[in-house]
Amino acid sequence: MNGTGMNAVTVQDLAVDLDGSPVLRGVSFAAGPGGWLALIGPNGAGKTTLLRAVAGLVPYRGSVLLDGADLGGMRGRGRARLIAYLPQAPVLPPDMTVEEYVLLGRTPHLGYLRGPASRDREAAAAAARRLDVARFAGRRLASLSGGERQRVVLARALAAEPRVLLLDEPTTGLDVGHAQQVLELVDELRRGRGVTVLSTLHDLTTAGQYACRLVLLDRGRVAASGPAADVLTEDLLSRIYAARVTVTAGPGGTVVTPVRRPRPAAP
Amino acid sequence: MIRGRGRRPRAARAAAAAALFLAAAALVSALTGAADLNPVATAAAIVHLPSSLSPLDRAVLFQIRLPRIVLGALVGGLLSVAGAGYQGVFRNPLVDSGMLGSSAGAGLGATLAIVYLGGAGTSAVPAAAFAGSLAGVAVAYAAGSVTGSGTATLLLAGVAVGLFLTAVQTYLLQRSAQDLQQVYSWLLGSLSGATWQQAAEILPYAAVSVAVVLLHGRHLDVLSVGDEEARALGMDPARIRLIVVAACSLAAASAVAVSGLIGFVGIVVPHVMRRLARTSSYRLVLPLSLTCGAGFLVLADTAARTVVAPAELPIGVVTALVGSPVFVWILRSTSAVRT
Repeated sequence: MNGTGMNAVTVQDLAVDLDGSPVLRGVSFAAGPGGWLALIGPNGAGKTTLLRAVAGLVPYRGSVLLDGADLGGMRGRGRARLIAYLPQAPVLPPDMTVEEYVLLGRTPHLGYLRGPASRDREAAAAAARRLDVARFAGRRLASLSGGERQRVVLARALAAEPRVLLLDEPTTGLDVGHAQQVLELVDELRRGRGVTVLSTLHDLTTAGQYACRLVLLDRGRVAASGPAADVLTEDLLSRIYAARVTVTAGPGGTVVTPVRRPRPAAP
Repeated sequence: MIRGRGRRPRAARAAAAAALFLAAAALVSALTGAADLNPVATAAAIVHLPSSLSPLDRAVLFQIRLPRIVLGALVGGLLSVAGAGYQGVFRNPLVDSGMLGSSAGAGLGATLAIVYLGGAGTSAVPAAAFAGSLAGVAVAYAAGSVTGSGTATLLLAGVAVGLFLTAVQTYLLQRSAQDLQQVYSWLLGSLSGATWQQAAEILPYAAVSVAVVLLHGRHLDVLSVGDEEARALGMDPARIRLIVVAACSLAAASAVAVSGLIGFVGIVVPHVMRRLARTSSYRLVLPLSLTCGAGFLVLADTAARTVVAPAELPIGVVTALVGSPVFVWILRSTSAVRT
């Protein structure tokens, strides 16, 4: 998987500095095509920065390739047409309607002074139907529940018809049922449309269940990468997260369970 | 549903209602005043149909009332569209053209002209206010860009520059008390000396600035999801901000040059438009603000010249009387407080 298929993302020797201090160093991995790669690691490991670099939102050294083509010189609309990025807490203007918001996803396809044409409205409507938000297209964003919001945000990303989807913690703030719905939706999208997904996921069990490959980041470097069985090991996780965990095989994949420190005996 | 069947007719209805409001405001203003004009004959004369209006009434209509209506409509439209544009750039419905150093710069420019140019000063006031307004925004923008990149920094820089310019102006006035009356009557705003000439002078600036702002409605909608996501959608927020702020400042400076400082219009009109049209999309809010802002100021000016007739109230006092309660209403109801 080194960038010969459709929508394969290859990151080579990526380095990012923020405010003069190194945040990422020597990061390399390959994802896709049509696969789901999950970035895991402790807080501050550089997961979000890595997504932002792939999206072209922070300057980086090294290279990001899509199907073997270097995206290095590509900024602005060109890159945005290929890659959709959803931050952890997307800004939802309270008075905007679902319809208007999903249509914003077409922005990378519009000329500077050209408004959305019927082709753009059709793409937005298709994305809205796919994520089952067309039913409430006229509602204000402020009136949506957490699960509805996340689906609307995904519909906006999909309206751009991207080849790569970058999701920063897509299940933040969702209960287990809604989180599963969103993850299943993303899984369907990548399988159905061949979109390559790169996401950060803080829940390790979930990451192991949904992603094809995991990349474990630690202080800006890749500590391990590969299928869940290779990355989610007690030894690796307890060392890098400074946590006490057990790893067991469950019905849906690897299960990572935090273990509480033994309580001192009652006096 | 999402193909816009719901939105397009609503936008068309809103545009038609706004145009009707402006036409009605203009007609009411044309008929109101010391000379009692026949409504039917006046309406016919305005649209160049045969009319029974006497030559004297014609002179009142075409040389006194209509230039004032046209200038008022221009100023109201410019202030409202500039206010809405600034609100889009700063993602805050309480921002107005005055907050970015524009009003304070115009005030200082006008004061300098009145204090230092003596008798010639009066005719130089519009140009001085125009230049001062643009210079105020330029200094604020430069100060904001040097100290940071966010919208909050820019806004605070505007407030700081505004306070500084106002301090300089106050000092000048304190040293030159004989000019107080003239400067204050300018500061409170007036359209009493309106001429066709003034309208023609600001028309080119008005046309360019309004066209540029209106063409960026969609960009302002994208900016409403924040800089980071706007960039991820392939947009350059800093460039959009610069273009829209420049165009809005040109619009505000053109208005200030011929009318003095008229407050609250740029905040109140766009907000009422958002409420009435039930949309936050700048593609609709901008043209509606332009049209209804024009109508609103024509009505406010009609009140200014009739309420205490034969004397006149400064129009800035009228808009403040209407505007400050609405401002409090916005504070109560707006999402700006929630964010």
